[in-house]
Amino acid sequence: MLDYGFKEEHTMIRELVRKIAVEKVMPVRAELDEKEQFPWEILKVLAEADLCGLYIPEEYGGFGQSVLAFCIATEELSRVCGGVGVTFAASALGSTPILIFGTEEQKRKYMPEIAAGKKLAAFGLTEANAGSDASGLETTAVKDGDYYILNGTKQWITNGGEAEIYSVIAMTDKKKGARGATAFIIEKGTPGFDFGKKEKKMGIRCSATRELVFQNCKVHKDQILGKEGMGFIVAMKTLDLTRPGIGAQAVGIAQGALDEAIKYAKERVQFGKPIISIQAVQHMLANMATQIEASRALVYSVAKAIDNGAKDYTKEASMAKLIASDTAMFVTTEAVQIMGGYGYMREYPVEKMMRDAKITQIYEGTNQIQRNQIGLSLIKESARK
Amino acid sequence: MDIIVCIKQVPDTTEVKINPETNTLIREGVPSIINPFDENAIEEALRLREKHGGKVTVITMGPPQAKEALKQAIAMGADDVALVSDKAFAGSDTWATSYTLAQTIKKIGRFDIIFCGKQAIDGDTAQVGPGIAEWLNIPQITFAVKVELQGDKIKVERLLEEANEVVEVPLPCMLTVVKQINEPRVSSLKGMMKAKKTEIKTFSAADVDADPLKTGHNGSPTRVVKIFTPPPKGGGEMLCGSTEEMVSSLISRLKERKTI
Ligand SMILES: Cc1cc2nc3c(=O)[nH]c(=O)nc-3n(C[C@H](O)[C@H](O)[C@H](O)COP(=O)(O)OP(=O)(O)OC[C@H]3O[C@@H](n4cnc5c(N)ncnc54)[C@H](O)[C@@H]3O)c2cc1C
Ligand SMILES: Cc1cc2nc3c(=O)[nH]c(=O)nc-3n(C[C@H](O)[C@H](O)[C@H](O)COP(=O)(O)OP(=O)(O)OC[C@H]3O[C@@H](n4cnc5c(N)ncnc54)[C@H](O)[C@@H]3O)c2cc1C
Repeated sequence: MLDYGFKEEHTMIRELVRKIAVEKVMPVRAELDEKEQFPWEILKVLAEADLCGLYIPEEYGGFGQSVLAFCIATEELSRVCGGVGVTFAASALGSTPILIFGTEEQKRKYMPEIAAGKKLAAFGLTEANAGSDASGLETTAVKDGDYYILNGTKQWITNGGEAEIYSVIAMTDKKKGARGATAFIIEKGTPGFDFGKKEKKMGIRCSATRELVFQNCKVHKDQILGKEGMGFIVAMKTLDLTRPGIGAQAVGIAQGALDEAIKYAKERVQFGKPIISIQAVQHMLANMATQIEASRALVYSVAKAIDNGAKDYTKEASMAKLIASDTAMFVTTEAVQIMGGYGYMREYPVEKMMRDAKITQIYEGTNQIQRNQIGLSLIKESARK
Repeated sequence: MDIIVCIKQVPDTTEVKINPETNTLIREGVPSIINPFDENAIEEALRLREKHGGKVTVITMGPPQAKEALKQAIAMGADDVALVSDKAFAGSDTWATSYTLAQTIKKIGRFDIIFCGKQAIDGDTAQVGPGIAEWLNIPQITFAVKVELQGDKIKVERLLEEANEVVEVPLPCMLTVVKQINEPRVSSLKGMMKAKKTEIKTFSAADVDADPLKTGHNGSPTRVVKIFTPPPKGGGEMLCGSTEEMVSSLISRLKERKTI
């Protein structure tokens, strides 16, 4: 990997996470995948190593609010297991709304425990009839004195059931359209808040994906994030900030697959020589490595820009997620190809990597939606000239 | 509760290779690590501190590069560390090593428990811990697999070959630990940052009032005459054929070699 001129602490974070990933995650990743088992043991190790608050300011118990640091950690975890990577990253997704829109009180109440890894967070936007088109939300929050009464079901919520703290978007006034949604912090255990079915997935199978079910769930108005009506803004600003993290996850999965493909190509002998000496194979590896480095460079650049205080990074955050996730799908598919029939077998890790890679093109906005976003930004930018 | 942990920096391999001409370890290209059992010792000390409060001090005798091992100990959570390093210590055997460490511990002063690893993966003698206990004239318990503090006494389960043995001794005492006692934690980020900033203090022979006749090569009664890698065992041979054929083939081979 290129020397990106990191600070020493970033190198330290990478080494520490790499060590944890290799020593604690690698030996169990196949089993976690097979059993669809949530990786609590690993989260405990990450918490003890102070890695759960990389994106959280020190005053709230974190390590200094660095998107770059968070991306590096997510990348190294995902390099070994995409499922563990997303479990780690989804807690950041779930708590980012509190970080950027929370009141001082809300931040003091929730962030330290999340930073310490004592509690996980989750983000609830998607519903059965509202995926790419969030305006289709049907979950409602009806004002009742100092409270709001929530009804509806959120679908495919990462860390659902396992997390303690949920950022949930619900419609407070359907008539107001885009200004009719509101974001709430809802704690597990709130009466009327339950969990529905746990999904069986193609990949990232140790990650929990579950329904959040609200039935006359009463939430105090102090749990609102921002103001009533700001729900979609909360969601969009949050996703802008976390998309580089999905990019990092994708870069990690791709790198893990390339590592395996190279190792295998050096060992596998056909026609009397290791297949890595075949130029066609070298070219495949060259394309894989080139795309990974390009993706990584963009992910890091966007993360660094955000850390340096950039204001408008929606387009670039989308680009980072787009190129990295397409790369992950391309690279993992090629890795299976290089490993031939062995690559297709569950005994080897690349078939899992290929299954894990696919989700990065779908969640936090499909890649079509990312292209829409980039296109829209281009139009806006050209209009400004 | 004041706990001292003795750690040794060793080459990162369980298969130490030896240069047959010079009889010395081949260290080139082999990264150094904390002796694995000593990581268990640090972990157990940290757990006792977490439960009962107190202070964990980690010490090592070795060359200046052994500071890296101490930094890792800080990253894991040690409160204080010290390197004992002096040209005069070169060539120490287990007698001189345990003397020097005991002197250092006396210098540090307060301690309730001293933890060591069961043995070092390079030297492998398992003598240093017990040696320290003898120099300090305190009780020792080796092969600890479970430790329970009970006031000013400690109850320890020892992992033996046939059975486990439970013993109890008054504090202060010296314990050596086996790897089954716990799973060492990984370093924490805050610990690593602290380690980076920490200036490691070094004790010289004079600092620990070491008697020059008891340290280093001079103070070491042991002379390592020869260290060698045993020649690899030859591969076995499978005999084939019917039972009769195999038996007669075996007998003729044994006769050939004058075994029978
Ligand atoms: C494993 C997993 C975990 C998830 N975790 C979470 C979570 O934690 N929180 C959460 O809120 N959500 C989560 N989601 C939901 C995820 O964000 C959505 O699945 C995603 O946004 C797409 O929505 P959809 O699946 O309904 O697809 P649809 O919106 O139905 O899209 C179907 C297809 O149509 C295309 N399409 C739709 N509209 C357009 C358009 N305008 N232009 C071009 N193409 C279009 C899409 O790209 C896609 O290919 C998760 C999903 C999965 C599978
Ligand atoms: C291959 C080889 C063979 C050797 N053979 C002999 C021999 O037969 N007789 C002999 O007297 N010496 C021998 N030595 C020298 C011996 O290694 C050193 O004296 C060494 O300092 C201590 O012995 P050990 O490595 O066997 O440690 P052990 O006694 O096996 O170590 C037990 C524990 O003592 C503590 N400890 C050991 N060394 C240190 C240290 N430097 N600083 C802090 N804590 C420590 C650790 O907690 C460790 O887990 C040999 C060395 C090598 C490399």
